[in-house]
Amino acid sequence: MHILFLAYAALILSLGSALGAFAPLRRAGFPLLGAAGLAAVAAGGWALLGNVTAVATLPLGLPWLAWHVRLDPLAGFFLLLIGVLVVAASLYAPAYQRGLEHGRSVGTLAPLRIATAVFVAGMYLVALADDAYAFMIAWELMSVSSYVLVVFEHEEPANRRAGFLYLLMAHVGALAILLAFGVLAGFGGGFTFDAMRAAALSPLWATVAFLLALVGFGMKAGIVPLHAWLPEAHPAAPSHISALMSGAMIKMGIYGIVRVSYDLVGQIQWQWGIVLLLAGTASALFGVLYALMQHDLKRLLAYHSIENIGIILMGLGLSMIFLGTGHPVLGTLGLVAALYHTLNHALFKGLLFLGAGAVLHRTHERDLERLGGLIGRMPFTALFFLVGCVAISALPPFNGFVSEWLTFQAALQAPALANGVLRAVIPLTAAVLALAAALAAACFVKAYGVAFLGRARSRHAERAREVPSGMLWAMGLLAGLCLLLGVLPTLVIEALSPVTHLLVGQSLSSASARGWLWLTPVSPQVASYSAPFVAVAIAVVYGVGYWYFKRRAKPVRRAYAWDCGFGALNARMQYTSTAFSQPIRRVFAPAWKLEEHVEAAREPGVLGRARSLHYRVHALDWTWLKGYVPIGALVLAAARRIGRIQTGSIHTYLVYSFVTLLLFLWIIS
Amino acid sequence: MDNQLIAWLLAAAQTALFVGAAPLLAGWTKRVKCHMQNRAAPAVWQPYRDLAKLFRKELVIAENASWLFRATPYVVFSAMLLAAAAIPLVAVDLPTGAIADVIVLVGFFALARFFTALAGMDIGTAFGGMGASREMTIAALAEPAMLMAVFTLSMTAASTNLSAAMGYVLDTGLVLRPSFLFALLGIAMVAVAETGRIPVDNPATHLELTMIHEAMVLEYSGRHLALIEWAGQIKLMIYAVLVVNIFWPWGIAREFTMEALGLGVAAAAAKLMLAMVILVVWETVLAKMRIFRVPEFLGFAFVLSLLGMLTHVVLETGG
Repeated sequence: MHILFLAYAALILSLGSALGAFAPLRRAGFPLLGAAGLAAVAAGGWALLGNVTAVATLPLGLPWLAWHVRLDPLAGFFLLLIGVLVVAASLYAPAYQRGLEHGRSVGTLAPLRIATAVFVAGMYLVALADDAYAFMIAWELMSVSSYVLVVFEHEEPANRRAGFLYLLMAHVGALAILLAFGVLAGFGGGFTFDAMRAAALSPLWATVAFLLALVGFGMKAGIVPLHAWLPEAHPAAPSHISALMSGAMIKMGIYGIVRVSYDLVGQIQWQWGIVLLLAGTASALFGVLYALMQHDLKRLLAYHSIENIGIILMGLGLSMIFLGTGHPVLGTLGLVAALYHTLNHALFKGLLFLGAGAVLHRTHERDLERLGGLIGRMPFTALFFLVGCVAISALPPFNGFVSEWLTFQAALQAPALANGVLRAVIPLTAAVLALAAALAAACFVKAYGVAFLGRARSRHAERAREVPSGMLWAMGLLAGLCLLLGVLPTLVIEALSPVTHLLVGQSLSSASARGWLWLTPVSPQVASYSAPFVAVAIAVVYGVGYWYFKRRAKPVRRAYAWDCGFGALNARMQYTSTAFSQPIRRVFAPAWKLEEHVEAAREPGVLGRARSLHYRVHALDWTWLKGYVPIGALVLAAARRIGRIQTGSIHTYLVYSFVTLLLFLWIIS
Repeated sequence: MDNQLIAWLLAAAQTALFVGAAPLLAGWTKRVKCHMQNRAAPAVWQPYRDLAKLFRKELVIAENASWLFRATPYVVFSAMLLAAAAIPLVAVDLPTGAIADVIVLVGFFALARFFTALAGMDIGTAFGGMGASREMTIAALAEPAMLMAVFTLSMTAASTNLSAAMGYVLDTGLVLRPSFLFALLGIAMVAVAETGRIPVDNPATHLELTMIHEAMVLEYSGRHLALIEWAGQIKLMIYAVLVVNIFWPWGIAREFTMEALGLGVAAAAAKLMLAMVILVVWETVLAKMRIFRVPEFLGFAFVLSLLGMLTHVVLETGG
């Protein structure tokens, strides 16, 4: 069997899952989608582990420009990543959609199913495309279908607004990508990626192509300040789609940056690395600071996607700096860190969005301030969500820790550089990464503590019950992978070696120099980490402690919590999400534009006591206020000026046509 | 192969010594502090008695506590145990040192803190949430300062492995390195904040509103409390060992002979006792600061560490 048949099968099966939109075949939709996911995992895994590259030309496209597809280890890696999430989503969606069907007529879910099918197929095709034309078609399929998914619940004005912003920014981004390909095609003399690889670019034009690609793909990935659509659009979509968007789709932006800069342009310049490193640092810090201010669970997760994209970019930036200054092994280390984090983020962010969806499914609440105590009523969801929280907070022995640790190790190799400024700046960015990681942990203590622990803050939360088994399997699958990838980092890095061989001609063989038990990214003398040992030690301590005390200790007594002697505690006395982030809000105050609303009802009289007090705080985005709003105003003002020529009279328009025609004739002649 | 086995046995023995001696160090600290403040001092063995008592006592937990609350003490203790295993106390180049480098060590602390904070929020009392919120804020500010100091050290020693860093300091001898001095000050300030000592937190406070660490573990009792207290004592010792053994590693055993190991134990004990006396003096002359002054304190620690890094880049490599 040819490897590409598997990839075609993934494409066709995912498109086929659209059949689920039609009443007689409703049950077939999600199994087909799941099969598409498995096919993608198989094709991607084969290409990655087998180090296979296959190319083909499809009988599609324009007469003079057929679609080229190519499945190489890099495409395989991303195919694998998408496939895993698609499998999880297809397990999760049947039960979740029943919640969406509630209060709608049956046919209204058809657009959701068709758009999901096209969306998944579009992502596969982006990874497979081997010419600019097929790539752009696939890219647009992915963008437009995800727009449909974002505005699926269009009854909410906020969702329509989010969808419009997303569509607009996706197309500005697509334009930049098109221009980047234009530069490459102009020098390469063709639209196929092979021609672009062969193109001889001057350093200036290579930089132009890189920057255009960075803007275009960065818009999709959500790099600050091109992120404005992301926290609006991701929460608006149904939760399994949010998981796919945050886990997989924004990774296609990373794929684009890697493909264009490492593969198509090829001559990495270290200055690009600085741009990526600084953009990544800014995104990481910005994302986590804004995430801390959210009390909508899905919005909080969306801001964390910005943070994690930042961490991935820091790895890529370090890789480019090292490669551009002639340190290929260290460059490989940065690249491995970035790719590893890409995979990790897909897994834990997918898991967290599915968990948020499970909470939403049972409580109809996304607002943290109205949740609480779910660990008792949704124990498995709580466990899986906890795994996601631990993983994203970069705590050992889970997967997020390994990739952030590798990023730190790459940053610590800065003394190898000749440039003194770089040697000083790179550790500073690493310190910012440490800050971001610690703030992320604070944010997930807040999210998990307020939503799952403590007492229920609303009736919905009080009456929640566990979600159906399909949703649990989906979350369990991703949670298990989070642990597996955290405990066996050396195997993952070995599996990534075909990708790094393809891109930089190196692999990180030093990582497993002392065997699979010890991760030694540079050399055993420089740094080592043994994740299996850590996992086993924690399990042993827990097991021994549990077993020992189970037999010997007195039985446990349950009693009231300490209430300072004031009488029964209630749910309103707990710390809220807003209260939790108050110290951080005060320490980092200039980072946001805070709008505070206080509503107090008092008893009459001068000394009247407050009867009720409501405090709300809203963090507005500086980039939105200082960047997007002025640009939007400028565009509107320009449109108004130009709008003056629109008189509404047919005579004037005829004159315009005539003048234009004359102008063209004059130009041609 | 035999050497390997001896090394692993020694590593296990060192870890046991570390974990076993941690309450003793806490007892010593308390004793010195009492003498310094003209109070009657408990015996140095008092922490052992307290732990033994707590282990025997009945477990009382809040009625709405979840499994997370009951699992947390074990997670916290195992994180500290792992950290203790990875740190060279009396000998360098032990096999357990390869489990974790300094950054993983910071990860272990973060893991313990994460679970403690969650346990604080589990009961749903205001104190727990307050403690969790404050602890996570302070940790977020302490972590960059800590890593900056670590970077300075690891750039000089070209390694984040503690054994390698200590070996480097031993090999190069006592050279006055300004970067090390700055890093030492930075890491010491972070250590004070991270172990919940004055002026950031008061380990002996009984007023809930001023608590940070204690507020999170307010609901713990019996063996859970014992594990958490013990873990806290180990953490204090870890930071003390980090400071004394990185900056003054002299005396630590480099080969596994009886004399070298004996000397290592004696040197470690002497250095730790001295370090604790310095901590006690510091705690006695300072008052606890307001929580919103802590960012300035940790900001200063960060700046010191940053200065250390910059002096390393500018002065010591001639870039």
